[in-house]
Amino acid sequence: MSSLLVTGADLAGTGARDLLVEDGVITEVGTIRGSRSVDVLDADGLVALPGLVDLHTHLREPGREDAETIESGSAAAAVGGYTAVLAMANTTPVTDTAEAAERILDLGRAAGLVDVVPVGAVTKGLAGEELAELGLMYRSRARVSVFSDDGRCVHDARVMRRALEYVRAFGGVVSQHAQDPHLAGPQACAHEGELSGRLGLPGWPGVAEESVVARDVMLARHTGSRVHVAHVSTAATVEVIRWAKAQGIAVTAEVTPHHLALTTDLLAGYDPVYKVNPPLRPQEDVDALRAALADGTIDAVATDHAPHARHDKEHAFVDAAFGMLGLETAFSVVSDVMVASGRLDWAGVARVMSVNPARIAGLAGHGHDLVVGAPANLTLVDPSATVTVDRGASLSLSRNNPWHGHTLRGAVHATLLRGRVTARKGAVA
Amino acid sequence: MTATLSEQPATRHTRRHLLSSADLDREQVRAILDTAAEMHEVQRRDVKKLPTLRGRTVVNLFFEDSTRTRSSFEIAGKWLSADVINISGKGSSTSKGESLRDTVLTVAAMGVDALVIRHSASGAAHQVSQWVDAHVVNAGDGMHEHPTQALLDAYTMQRRLGDLEGRHVAIVGDLTHSRVVRSNLITLRTLGAKVTLVAPPTLMPSGIGAWAAADGFELSNDFDAVLPTVDAVMMLRVQRERMSGGFFPTPREYTVGYGLTRARLDALTDANPDAVICHPGPMNRGLEIAADAADAAQSLVLDQVSAGVAVRMSVLYHLLAGEAAQA
Repeated sequence: MSSLLVTGADLAGTGARDLLVEDGVITEVGTIRGSRSVDVLDADGLVALPGLVDLHTHLREPGREDAETIESGSAAAAVGGYTAVLAMANTTPVTDTAEAAERILDLGRAAGLVDVVPVGAVTKGLAGEELAELGLMYRSRARVSVFSDDGRCVHDARVMRRALEYVRAFGGVVSQHAQDPHLAGPQACAHEGELSGRLGLPGWPGVAEESVVARDVMLARHTGSRVHVAHVSTAATVEVIRWAKAQGIAVTAEVTPHHLALTTDLLAGYDPVYKVNPPLRPQEDVDALRAALADGTIDAVATDHAPHARHDKEHAFVDAAFGMLGLETAFSVVSDVMVASGRLDWAGVARVMSVNPARIAGLAGHGHDLVVGAPANLTLVDPSATVTVDRGASLSLSRNNPWHGHTLRGAVHATLLRGRVTARKGAVA
Repeated sequence: MTATLSEQPATRHTRRHLLSSADLDREQVRAILDTAAEMHEVQRRDVKKLPTLRGRTVVNLFFEDSTRTRSSFEIAGKWLSADVINISGKGSSTSKGESLRDTVLTVAAMGVDALVIRHSASGAAHQVSQWVDAHVVNAGDGMHEHPTQALLDAYTMQRRLGDLEGRHVAIVGDLTHSRVVRSNLITLRTLGAKVTLVAPPTLMPSGIGAWAAADGFELSNDFDAVLPTVDAVMMLRVQRERMSGGFFPTPREYTVGYGLTRARLDALTDANPDAVICHPGPMNRGLEIAADAADAAQSLVLDQVSAGVAVRMSVLYHLLAGEAAQA
């Protein structure tokens, strides 16, 4: 029997307790005398959160193993405090079959640092036309229940309707990358506004997101299905989701750390590290996203970790790849932006970074309160530590890190996956 | 001539690069235009070459075809005795393996003093300037800026109209996709001119209202209302691809609303006989500008081309000549 005693951790803001972990399960909570001969992890001054769950990660394997592999991405996730990550389907080949999904599951298990849960494509080849084998992916060993064409929008209303209806049979959910391709085409790369006008960058207007979300919540109402909105980026999208939830429509939503903290003003220097889809928005949107995360309109924080090889970023801004790293910095950004500012308490962080994402993705082994009998997936964080981000120290294979040089309040101290320490102070264990 | 130029270190434009028209304050614009006037005189001589940039290498790195601008820079460099090399950059698509940075570093590694960059992507020259030691001149970046065009436009207008302070310039046409308008706005405002942008709402850049309020220029959808009040009207080319892009219904309707037609030429002349007409070229005769207007006495179209060489000589001089003198 493997056992570990975690002493003195503040359990998501409810007070300091000791946790005894045996065979991957929490077996005792309270004041535990060190009479037994067990390994001890001194967590005095740390906060214990249920292991973080990322609904939105790009691990690039198969296809772009020069940018990230499931192994390197798992390491980045573990040091970032994650115990489960959902790996998006836009790999090469696309995760649109049971076999492809099982392959990702197996590679994740081989890496062994975090539960890698494949997301299935909604449509074959992400082409937006024919449904992928959604049911077979669900029936596979990977038990895929989150489907997304992320990177592209399921923009055909009929296809979206069918997908929503179809996955209801097995409790699946469609995670939509909301971007009307006619309002924001492939060249669109900057929030459409005064700055994009001045910079001469093709605009990506908020309405390209908002109109698709409005349509999708109506489709969810019509079909009685569940829809999840990926990377919400505008205040008006928040308003649509707030309205839909008030109507009882089954909609959930996520926001990225970068949309909670960075603004479109950063594009003024044309540095492609700030090129991301959806684009960074103005401060008014950032403020609305923070408020929506705090009040529960937005359910979860998801990283949209998007590693890219250096040579795919060192192009002219319009030609460079979309996306930025996120797994290793997400907790610190949320801690800094939401907790240190008083917008969210630790129970709130547990909710938006673990409990809600696990529930949305249907992950039975994750997102549990730290109580006796729960799987020992937990993240120990140090609220008083600050981190100054160094992109060179990243465990990701890529360096497209918009947080380089930022000092953030709050740091991940250690991550436990089913009782085993997977990462400690920025290094895998 | 050369003695005169080398006696101007105090007014020489001292920045390393010319990436945006906003890089230049009024004094620097005036210095460049004054030097351009001297260069323009040289153009009228039988022997046009000055020794100023002898031994310096200027590379025209054009990722986008532009015979007009490239030739203008090439002649400018050659008349200053620089070694000028033209390189056509291949497409900038990410699918081609080599990044923009790779391409530019390869060229810069050959020992280049100035890189004149033309690229279909906004910001390209700005990015390049962060990767190389050479001086970078933006010869047009996507929909962003074209600072030497704005300088030559100002130079040309100034020769006809005198000081542009308080003069009213209307810029008409496809503002959204135009790098010319962004640079002209800045340079004309720097020189104290009043600027009105005229276009249908679909061809106005996003956020233009806030931009106009912040920078102090006017906007109009009504060309006829603006026309009688201007000292200069600058017509922008309407790209063919815009016609199928739903920006306006038909070319005919565009011309009726926003073209410098024969009737508008008459209205302009009636209101202000000294008003001038500019067009950065190439023109779509019959679409945004009637042949009568393009060829009218008030038209500065060919003067603009002629000024282009002088202004680019001046820009290269201001960027490079100081170093040559110190070396």
